[in-house]
Amino acid sequence: MNLNELLLKKRQTILKKWFDSVLETYPQDTANFLKRQKDQFANPVGSTIYNGMDSLLEELLNGGDTDKISTFLDNIIRIRAIQDFTPSQALAFVIQLKRVVREELINENKESQFADELLAFERRADDLMLLSFDIYMKCREKIYDLKANELRNMTSKLLERANLIFEAQYRKIDLEEVLQGNKLERGE
Amino acid sequence: MAKFTAKPAELLKIDFKTPKTDWMDTPVEIREHMYCHPSKAKDLETVGFPNIHEWKPVDENWNLPENWKETVINGIKERLQKYRSFHVFMDICVRCGACADKCHFYLGTGDPKNMPVLRAELLRSVYRKYFTTGGKIFGKTAGARELTEDVLKEIWYYYYQCTECRRCSVFCPYGIDQAEITMIGRELTNLLGLQLGWIAGPVANCYMKGNHLGLEPHTIKSNIEFMLDDIETLTGIRINPTFNRKGAEILFVTPSGDLFGVPGVYTAMGYLMLFHELGLDYTWSTYASEGGNFGFFTSNEMAKRLNSKIYAEAKRLGVKWILGGECGHMWRVLHQYMDTWNGPADFLEVPKSPITGTVFDNAKSTKMTHISEFTADLIRHGKLKLDPGRNDHLKVTFHDSCNTSRGMGMFEEPRYVIKNVCNHFYEMPENTIREKTFCCGSGTGLNASENMELRMRGGFPRANAVRYVHEQHGVNMLANICAIDRATLSASMDYWVPGVGVAGISELVANALVMKGEKERTQDLRLEPLPQKSGEKEGAENV
Ligand code: SF4
Ligand code: SF4
Repeated sequence: MNLNELLLKKRQTILKKWFDSVLETYPQDTANFLKRQKDQFANPVGSTIYNGMDSLLEELLNGGDTDKISTFLDNIIRIRAIQDFTPSQALAFVIQLKRVVREELINENKESQFADELLAFERRADDLMLLSFDIYMKCREKIYDLKANELRNMTSKLLERANLIFEAQYRKIDLEEVLQGNKLERGE
Repeated sequence: MAKFTAKPAELLKIDFKTPKTDWMDTPVEIREHMYCHPSKAKDLETVGFPNIHEWKPVDENWNLPENWKETVINGIKERLQKYRSFHVFMDICVRCGACADKCHFYLGTGDPKNMPVLRAELLRSVYRKYFTTGGKIFGKTAGARELTEDVLKEIWYYYYQCTECRRCSVFCPYGIDQAEITMIGRELTNLLGLQLGWIAGPVANCYMKGNHLGLEPHTIKSNIEFMLDDIETLTGIRINPTFNRKGAEILFVTPSGDLFGVPGVYTAMGYLMLFHELGLDYTWSTYASEGGNFGFFTSNEMAKRLNSKIYAEAKRLGVKWILGGECGHMWRVLHQYMDTWNGPADFLEVPKSPITGTVFDNAKSTKMTHISEFTADLIRHGKLKLDPGRNDHLKVTFHDSCNTSRGMGMFEEPRYVIKNVCNHFYEMPENTIREKTFCCGSGTGLNASENMELRMRGGFPRANAVRYVHEQHGVNMLANICAIDRATLSASMDYWVPGVGVAGISELVANALVMKGEKERTQDLRLEPLPQKSGEKEGAENV
């Protein structure tokens, strides 16, 4: 059995522990709710994070499609980027995966047996972390964009009209004054 | 995002566990991006609000007036006597918790004080202390607590994180309506001059100029003319609506937000096109130029003052009845309060559609009919020539606004209209629509930009359901009948579900509306190319 196979076998336990580590960043009552309520519409935060982690794990163990990984990470980070967390708190869950996996191996007394493979797995988790920084920043930038865009949308017709008036006036100046200037230059 | 406060040593420990304390022992922490800026003094002066002073939510000292405590307690007392519902709501909660996880702000923030039951407890604990024997004697064990500055701050912070959407009340076995408790809580903060800029500004504008944006008559008119130019480009038809016309049959009132902003203007263009096609004898008013009522987010009294212009203008112009555009809280006010505040409007007639003859008996007392009812009735009687294929580029879902659904019980009319003007309509999941609809997350004057994080958190449950139909059915248009939704859901979609646009229903109606004498339409109301008809496509292929 290689590490991947072992982790696949223990996938549910790992997922559970990994998800629990995120829940601990929420107040206790909330953590209970996020865990208990399974309806994805009644519990959008809990279910999005849980499903995101489940899919991430699946992709890490079976595939490694970067696009898919980005999407799953994005789903989770998009939430945590606007909640009450510092950037490090928001993203710590990625590192937690390493801890959970290593602990599982220690429990099974298999840490040294899989040392090389574990290193490779942890490297993939590190890649996730780097990807997470980019996603987090994009989310934050989006928030600033929204603020600016909203103001523009709210008054867009006003601005458009102001531009038209400006353009019309500009054209008038253009025609009358410039023509006049040309005439003068030509001594007419 | 929280502030960067962690020290390097703390950063190394990555278990960010949250401490466990009882809610009463967890002091309020006012966080950036979660609240709106305070109001400007001049806006409060304009309408004569009390205790105007300089203060900042994050400051330790809010510069409260000396007798602030007395003001609040007397304020509670007065309201307990005046509103029986408030008194009942303060007493009957059995803390069953059925409402706890039903609030979009709780779902999005995870902050227990955003559970409706706890939000109410923030004020209820003060009520117990000063107005119940048990609370006076047993204090904390009876769930009572002293009113301190921190307690006041907490009430302020969390009562401006409630959009008065009433979703929680749908699930409460006693029908306790947190929206009404929040209204009272906000009235109390208003007594102390603790108003938000985003609310006080529109209130002052509305009081002075008749609408939230402070548009003067010539600006309103020229903005509408601007839309008429676009309509002419689109259809080849020049429309000539009237303003402040005495003797018109109908007065049309709509939120001013739709006269300026995108995508609201497309909804307003929709009204203009529909009314023109019907040859409706109606007028716009540049005085009753606001259907919305931000006064409703300050105090009952202020809301009443701002609302009074609608009947007054109807009387002045001598119209027979009033037709109202697509707005959320406007309809809550019109439907539930206008008649008692400023009625009876006995100088008006029960609304009757001049096209179909339908009498809107449901509006017998207010004399004001909703555009969706009016349009649905037209379609029902086959009075509109419609080509839903012109909306074939859109896969539409419908967001029930809190106010039109839970506030006035309108579920079917908008859906009926959409299904007749669009070929592709998909409902969001059952527990997120109709009376269980999720708020946009930015209602009740919380649609400022400085609190964008709060808005995104509160908007997530709604967006999450939109994302589902987007992924399942390719939905790309979120229809609604609320001006605030049109603005705020645009931001929410942009963050949560890029690729989904936002539109008022009247825009979709006008896209599909085949008008007499129109040129062949090649663009929709946004001046974007219309989908090619399959027939046309075939023809093109044959060439
Ligand atoms: S559902 Fe009603 S009775 Fe139950 S906790 Fe909520 S407000 Fe109280
Ligand atoms: S009225 Fe709406 S926003 Fe307020 S507590 Fe209830 S569910 Fe939350």
